[in-house]
Amino acid sequence: MRHLWYLLRLFISDFNKQRKKITLTIMAIAWGTVSIIMLLSFGEGLKRQLEAGNTAMGKGIVIVWPGQTSKSYKGLPHGRRIWMKPEDMSLIKQRIPAIEEVGGEFSRWGVDIRYGEELMGRHCTGVTPSYENLRYHIPMQGGRFINQKDLDEKRRVAFLGNETAEKLFKGEEAVGKLVYINRVPFTVIGVMIPKEQTNMYSGPDNEKVVIPMTTFGTIFGDVYLDVFIFKPKVSEDVEFAKREVYRVMGSKYKFDPNDERALHMWDTIETQQIMTNVLLGIQIFMGIIGGLTLLVAGVGVANIMYVTVRRRTREIGVKMAMGAKPRYILWEFILEALMIGVSGGFVGFLIAGIIIRVIRQIPIEDEALKFLGKPVVSVEIAVITAIILTIIAFLAGFFPSRRAAKINPAESLRYE
Amino acid sequence: MPLIQMQELNKKYNSGKVSVEALKDINVDVEENEFIAIVGPSGSGKSTLMNIMGCLDAPSSGDYILDGAKVSDLKPNRLADIRNRKIGFVFQNFNLLPYASAYENVELPLIFGGIGPKRRKSRVMELLDRVGLADRAEHKPTELSGGEMQRVAIARALANNPAIILADEPTGNLDSVAGGSIMEIFHELHRDGATLIVITHDRQIANNIPRVIKLKDGLVVDSL
Ligand SMILES: Nc1ncnc2c1ncn2[C@@H]1O[C@H](COP(=O)(O)OP(=O)(O)O)[C@@H](O)[C@H]1O
Ligand SMILES: [Mg+2]
Repeated sequence: MRHLWYLLRLFISDFNKQRKKITLTIMAIAWGTVSIIMLLSFGEGLKRQLEAGNTAMGKGIVIVWPGQTSKSYKGLPHGRRIWMKPEDMSLIKQRIPAIEEVGGEFSRWGVDIRYGEELMGRHCTGVTPSYENLRYHIPMQGGRFINQKDLDEKRRVAFLGNETAEKLFKGEEAVGKLVYINRVPFTVIGVMIPKEQTNMYSGPDNEKVVIPMTTFGTIFGDVYLDVFIFKPKVSEDVEFAKREVYRVMGSKYKFDPNDERALHMWDTIETQQIMTNVLLGIQIFMGIIGGLTLLVAGVGVANIMYVTVRRRTREIGVKMAMGAKPRYILWEFILEALMIGVSGGFVGFLIAGIIIRVIRQIPIEDEALKFLGKPVVSVEIAVITAIILTIIAFLAGFFPSRRAAKINPAESLRYE
Repeated sequence: MPLIQMQELNKKYNSGKVSVEALKDINVDVEENEFIAIVGPSGSGKSTLMNIMGCLDAPSSGDYILDGAKVSDLKPNRLADIRNRKIGFVFQNFNLLPYASAYENVELPLIFGGIGPKRRKSRVMELLDRVGLADRAEHKPTELSGGEMQRVAIARALANNPAIILADEPTGNLDSVAGGSIMEIFHELHRDGATLIVITHDRQIANNIPRVIKLKDGLVVDSL
């Protein structure tokens, strides 16, 4: 305790002698801290927005479109079309334990949907109940998604994308209302919650009309899946699961399990991984830029410490004569540099906190700015900034301190 | 065995092109509880000799044996320990920390010596009492007279009960009254068993000290 008290007093006496310089340096550190936090939290905000958009279509899923064979196999020619049937979904789930959940859809463009006088053409899908979780078709309060019973009984129920519901009902409650899909009456059972979707196939989900797969089959006569979706139990198993799907389907439909054209797969796990890495790269880059700003401020601290060491040369000699060990002298100056660093860092954290709070309050309509305009300070960012700050302040103190600790006491006592 | 042994000790300063031979072939032994004055003209090497005795500097050649240990063999941390426990320094210009009180100045060697806070407190007050400054504990050096500052410095030098007290012209900046009271304290310490080595210009002071070492141009001489 007494040590700290001495050090604080030393710091104050140094501060009084280099007031202007220390104030400026503390400001420089604060500025460096602000820029590091701002850069990192804008990066974090961007990352979260992009990730949210990226996973709005579903997280950890692989989307499969049946295609055409590109290799001849067991006497069969190439160029054969592969058709997948709804029962293949349960077959795959049964045969491949690495797969947690499967789903699929029939789909069709330009399907008429009418409510009262309002009529529009929409992309309509006939799906399995698993789409609620696999494809994030989450219903808003007061509604529900298509369930197994709807499928079993081929009920005429419809789940609407929120954009479709908005245009059709214009703010009116949609759930429970009767709509006509290709002149067939359907009851609306749910409306999807809004989502920022950046990944999609056949249009954004919020513009869709979704009905049970079996009902779809009855009305439009579809028997083959347009899209098949599966989700591995653990993301690390995705490659294995994909190969298994090729193998199981290949043996059923007689195609080469290495024929990647027979089934087109969109591995969102892989894309999301790449995305995550790119975003991490951006954040590291921003952290380095912010770190350089801090480093410049750190040079200022080092400079102050060199001056302090020179000014206190005689005092260091006296302390050594009284029996101070080199490491005591070393720590005395390092702690002083850390004190300057902590003061600047504290001010910087305060300012950055205020700026970010203000920015987050500004309402943003622009699509592009939506991604940039939501800086987020996470605990990690605060910790990383504090660590960088400490390292720089430590180094800024270390080199001058080492010079102080190496002072020859006899010579420093002659020093005026 | 003598407390201090110096054998063929030399000290050479190399500053740029000029090199100064500050000490030449010094052979000095100091027994326990001796009281020695070092005298000689300015630049004769007195301070250099004292710095080596106090382990603040190393000789260029020759051996310095303190309390049986060859000092050149010791590591920096060990030297710091010796300066802390075995040696007490008193300087001409006091060298008190200007921002610290008398109390805190005296406390400094106790902190370096790792003494706990309770024992520090009673020891500091005991020391200040001994030099007659118990009522000035909270004063800063600037609030004290020269004689009082030097008494604080002596209290600080005595903090860890050192065997040897080294004083480099301790009365040089004091009037004769203040200087006299400092010398009185030194004589008391001598009676109490301390070993003292004092550099002085003052013939009067030197005459009252049992043994006198005369230095001239880095050599120990019989007469100046
Ligand atoms: N650090 C040093 N560098 C160069 N020369 C020095 C140094 N210290 C002392 N000297 C020289 O050594 C000689 C002896 O100095 P010193 O021991 O201080 O003498 P004194 O204390 O008797 O006046 C002087 O000529 C002085 O200039
Ligand atoms: Mg001298």
